[in-house]
Amino acid sequence: MEKDTKAFQRIYTKLFQLTKATVSLQASGIGNEELAIVDGRLAQVVKIMGDIVTLQVFAGTEGIANDAEVIFTGKAPTLKVGEDLAGRFFNAYGEPIDGGEIMGEEREIGGPSVNPVRRKQPSEFIATGIAGIDLNNALVTGQKIPFFADPDQPYNQVMANVALRAEADKIILGGIGLTNDDYLYFKRVFDDAGALDRIVGFINTTENPPVERLLVPDMALSAAEYYASEKGQKVLVLLTDLTLYADALSIVSNRMDQIPSKDSMPGSLYSDLARLYEKAVQFPDGGSITIIAVTTLSSGDITHAIPDNTGYITEGQLFLRKDSDIGKVIVDPFRSLSRLKQLVIGKRTREDHPQVMNAAVRLYADAANAKTKLENGFDLTDYDERTLDFAKAYSEKLLAIDVNIEVDAMLETAYDLFGKHFTPVEVGLKKEFVEKYWKK
Amino acid sequence: MNTIGKVTGIIANLVIVETQDRVAQNEICFIKHDNTRLMAEVIKIMGQKVYTQVFESTRGLKVGSEVEFAGHMLEVTLGPGLLSKNFDGLQNDLDKMTGIFLKRGEYTDPLESDKEYEFTPIAKKGDTVAAGDWLGEVKENWIGHKIMVPFVFEGEYTVKSVTDAGKYKIEDTMAVLTDKDGKEHKVTMIQKWPVKVPIKAFKEKPRPFKVLETGVRVFDTLNPMAEGGTGFIPGPFGSGKTVLQHALSKQAEADLVVIAACGERANEVVEIFTEFPELDDPRTGRKLMERTTIIANTSNMPVAAREASVYTAMTISEYYRSMGLKVLLLADSTSRWAQALREMSNRMEELPGPDGFPMDLPAIISNFYSRAGYVYLNNGETGSITFIGTVSPAGGNLKEPVTESTKKAARCFYALSQQRADSKRYPAIDPIESYSKYLEYPEIVEYLNKQNGEDWTKNVWFIKDALLRSKEVYEQINILGDDGVPLDYHITYWKGEVVDFVISQQDAFDKIDQRSDFTRQRYMLEKVVDVLKSDFKFESFEEVNPYFKKLINQYKQMNYSEFESEEFKKNEKELEVIIQERKVA
Repeated sequence: MEKDTKAFQRIYTKLFQLTKATVSLQASGIGNEELAIVDGRLAQVVKIMGDIVTLQVFAGTEGIANDAEVIFTGKAPTLKVGEDLAGRFFNAYGEPIDGGEIMGEEREIGGPSVNPVRRKQPSEFIATGIAGIDLNNALVTGQKIPFFADPDQPYNQVMANVALRAEADKIILGGIGLTNDDYLYFKRVFDDAGALDRIVGFINTTENPPVERLLVPDMALSAAEYYASEKGQKVLVLLTDLTLYADALSIVSNRMDQIPSKDSMPGSLYSDLARLYEKAVQFPDGGSITIIAVTTLSSGDITHAIPDNTGYITEGQLFLRKDSDIGKVIVDPFRSLSRLKQLVIGKRTREDHPQVMNAAVRLYADAANAKTKLENGFDLTDYDERTLDFAKAYSEKLLAIDVNIEVDAMLETAYDLFGKHFTPVEVGLKKEFVEKYWKK
Repeated sequence: MNTIGKVTGIIANLVIVETQDRVAQNEICFIKHDNTRLMAEVIKIMGQKVYTQVFESTRGLKVGSEVEFAGHMLEVTLGPGLLSKNFDGLQNDLDKMTGIFLKRGEYTDPLESDKEYEFTPIAKKGDTVAAGDWLGEVKENWIGHKIMVPFVFEGEYTVKSVTDAGKYKIEDTMAVLTDKDGKEHKVTMIQKWPVKVPIKAFKEKPRPFKVLETGVRVFDTLNPMAEGGTGFIPGPFGSGKTVLQHALSKQAEADLVVIAACGERANEVVEIFTEFPELDDPRTGRKLMERTTIIANTSNMPVAAREASVYTAMTISEYYRSMGLKVLLLADSTSRWAQALREMSNRMEELPGPDGFPMDLPAIISNFYSRAGYVYLNNGETGSITFIGTVSPAGGNLKEPVTESTKKAARCFYALSQQRADSKRYPAIDPIESYSKYLEYPEIVEYLNKQNGEDWTKNVWFIKDALLRSKEVYEQINILGDDGVPLDYHITYWKGEVVDFVISQQDAFDKIDQRSDFTRQRYMLEKVVDVLKSDFKFESFEEVNPYFKKLINQYKQMNYSEFESEEFKKNEKELEVIIQERKVA
C-alpha cells in the first residue's frame, strides 16, 4: 500500500489494544468504516466508542507494535474504475497484481442499493449449452445463483465454461481464497478462449491473509456496477468461494467479541450475504449484473448456516453430483433449482419446455424409487425397468456437464427418450404438445 | 423545543447518543451527517446514554455529530393515496425517489398533497362521534375511502361541521369536531399513527366465522383460511413459498392486499411491480395493482427498517379495516424481521435466547399476529385483516425459535415440504402435516356446509383420511414389497394419490388451473370422493399403477380445461369411461 502522507492526515502512534485482527487507539474526528493504514497495512474502522477507535487490520496484526504508525485516510475503501480495468487482474485492495497503474475514477465500494422500483424484471435467457442448466434450470440475466458443491467437485471448471458460453460483455472474477492453481486455471482458460479482454479479476488466493477476502466481492461488484449501470453492458460476476468469505466474517466477528449465532456464524450473516448477492440486477437500459457463485459445503450439508442463508437469498442453486451409472458429473435435477426460469422457459424458449422439463424430472424420480426397490431386493415391474433405462440415457444425454447443445436439441432429445421408453399417457404431457411434438 | 444530543459511539447501525434531556423509548431521532439527516429509533436508554438503531448506512458517521429527537415514535401517514403505492419500510414512496440508486437520508412523501379527491359527507352536524367513526368518503381507485375521526382522538366529540360534497385536497379541513370541553378540532383527510401501537377503533373482535376464498385448493378445500384469520407458511428455500404467496395475493377474495416484502429478494418485488399493474383482478375487472400496496424492504436495504416494514404494513391494513374492508396482509418473511431483531440485540450485548434470538421473540410475534382479525366497527359494519406470514426456518428445521413461536400464534399451518418440492408436487404443502384450526370451528363448519353443500366438511375429512391411509400403506409397501402386501393396499395407496394429484396439487403457472373457485372445488371434490368410495377390480397389483395413472392424467386434463366448457365436459366423459373400465358395479 502506498504511503503518500499528506499534511492534513492525522497520524497516531499509540495503540492500546491489539488482537489478532484488530487494533484500538485513541483518536478523534474519525468516520465509521473509514480506512486507515496501520504500520503500512490497510485497516478499516469497525467501532467507535467515544474517542476509542477500533480498526480491523485486513492482513492481520502479526508483528505490529503498540507504537506503530496509524494514518487515517478520511475515506471508505475505493476502487478506480474505467475502461482500463478490462483484461487486468487485481488484488483485494484493487491494486493491479500484474503491476502498473490504473487510470480511472475513484469509487467507494459497497455502495448503496438499487431502488427496487428502478429495477427491471429479468427476462433474458442465458444459454450455456449445458442441458442440466438450460433445460432444467434455465438462467436469466440479473439472476444470482450459487453452485452448492463439495470441495472436490469441478465447480470452477463448470463455471468457467458457463462464463465463456454466456455471451457476456464482461466477466468479472472474484477469487475469494482461490488456490493459486485454480487462479492460473481461470487465467489460462480465459486466455485460450481469447476472452482475456472481457475479463476483470479480483483475486485473493489462499496465500493471502483471510480477512483481506472481505474486500474481494465488493471490489468485483463495484467494477460490475460500473460496466452495467454506466456502460449498459451485460456483466457476469463469478464469485468463488463465498464459504471462505463467510468464514472470514466469522473470524472478524469473533475477534470483536460478538455473540455467534448458528454454526459460529455472525448473527448478521444473512444481511451480509444479501448485500452482495442483491447487487445482481437488470437495469432498464439493458445493462445487467448476473452473479454465479460457489458455496462449498462440508460433507454435503446444506443445513449449515452458510448454504442455508445463501439459499434464502439467491434465486435457486445448482448441485453437481457424480452419477455412478454413467461415471460422469451431472447437474442434479432434484436439488438444483433456478427460480427465475419461469420468466424465460416456454416464453423465450419453445412453448413445451416447462412440461417436458417437469415430465423428465418426474420420470427420473420414478427411476430413483425403482432403484430403492432394487436395492431393497424387491422385484421390479416392467415400468420400473423402463424408468431405469430412461434414467441412464437421460443422465448421459442431457444431465452430464459435458453436454453442449441448443435448447431445441435438448427438447428433441427428451422426446426421443420419452418415445423410446414410455407411452404418452405415462409421460403425462398436455395433449396439444403430444400431438405436435411426440415422436411417432 | 426538541431534545438535542450528540453521537458518542458507533457500531455498525447501532449509534449511541448522549443527551441530558427528555427522550422516550422508541422515539425517532435524526442524526446530522454532512448534508443529510439519518433517521434512527431509540431502542434503549441507560442514564444519559441513548442507544439508537439507524435506519440507514452509518458509513462515514463521526462521533460528535448532532442528533435531534422528534418527540414521537415511528409513525405512518394515513389517508387517500396509499393504494397502488410502493413504499419502503419507513413509508417513503419509492417512485418519488430520484436516481437508480437509493440515496441515504432521502425521505419522500407517502401521499400527494396536491391531488384532489371527490368528497361525499357521511356524518351530519350534531352527530356524536369517536375515533374511527366515518365523517365522509372519497373515491380512491374503486374503494370508498372513509375519512375518519383520527384514531388519536380520545372520548366523544360532537360534529360541528362537515364540508360539503366536492373536490378537496388531503390537507383541507373536512370536518370540525368539538370535544366535551367545547374545544374545536379540525380534521383533514390525513392522520398519523405510531406503527407499533395497534389501532383499536372497533367495537368487538369475534371469532372468525367466514372463509376467505383463495382459489388454491390446498387452502380452500383442505385447510381453509378464515376471513380475519391468521396462518403461516414455513418452508425451506426452494419449496415454493414465494410462488404460493404470489398466488394468494393475486387470487384471494379480498378488497385489498398489503404485501410486506420483508428482507427478501428484490427481484421478487420487481415481479409484483411488473405483473400486478398488468394483471386483471377477476372480481372487479380492474388491475390487481389498484387493490395492492407494497411495503418493500428487500434484503439489501437497511436492516433496522426491516423491522419497521412489517409494522408499517400492519398499520396500513388496520387503517383500511376501519373503513369496513376485507384486507389480506402477506408478510414474506417474518424470519428476516426476527433476524433483524437478533442483529440489534446482539450489538447491544443482550443475553441471547435460543439460537441467539432475543428472549422476548415469542411475545413480539404473538403480539403482532394478534393485530389481525375480523371486527365489528362502531357503526355495525365489519372489516377484517387476514394475515399470512411466511417463515424461513434455518436449515429447514421446524424446531427453530421463529417457527416455534409462530406456531403458537397462528391458527393455520401450511407446512411446505422439501420432499414434495423435490418430487415437483406443487404447491409443496404437506397435506398431512398442515392444518387449519378453523376447520374445527363450529361456526366455520356451518358456513362451509351452507356455502358448499351439507356434505362438504364430511367429504373434506374423508379425503384427508384417504391421504393419511395412503401414506400409511405406502410405508408398508416400501417395507414389504409390491407383492408382499394385499392387492387392496395398492388401491388404497393410489386413491390417496388421486387426492394428492387432483386436489392438493395445482399448477400455479397454468392459466386455468392456477385459480379454482369454490363452485369448481366442490364439483371436483365430489368427483374425487365418488371414485374413492367406489370399488375397483384388478387381477394383480401390476395393473393398479397404470390404471390409476391413466385416471389421474384424465382428472388433470379436467383441471387444465375451463370449468364447464366443451373441453371440460369432453374430458369428464372420458374420465367416466376410464372409471367404468374397472369399477365394480
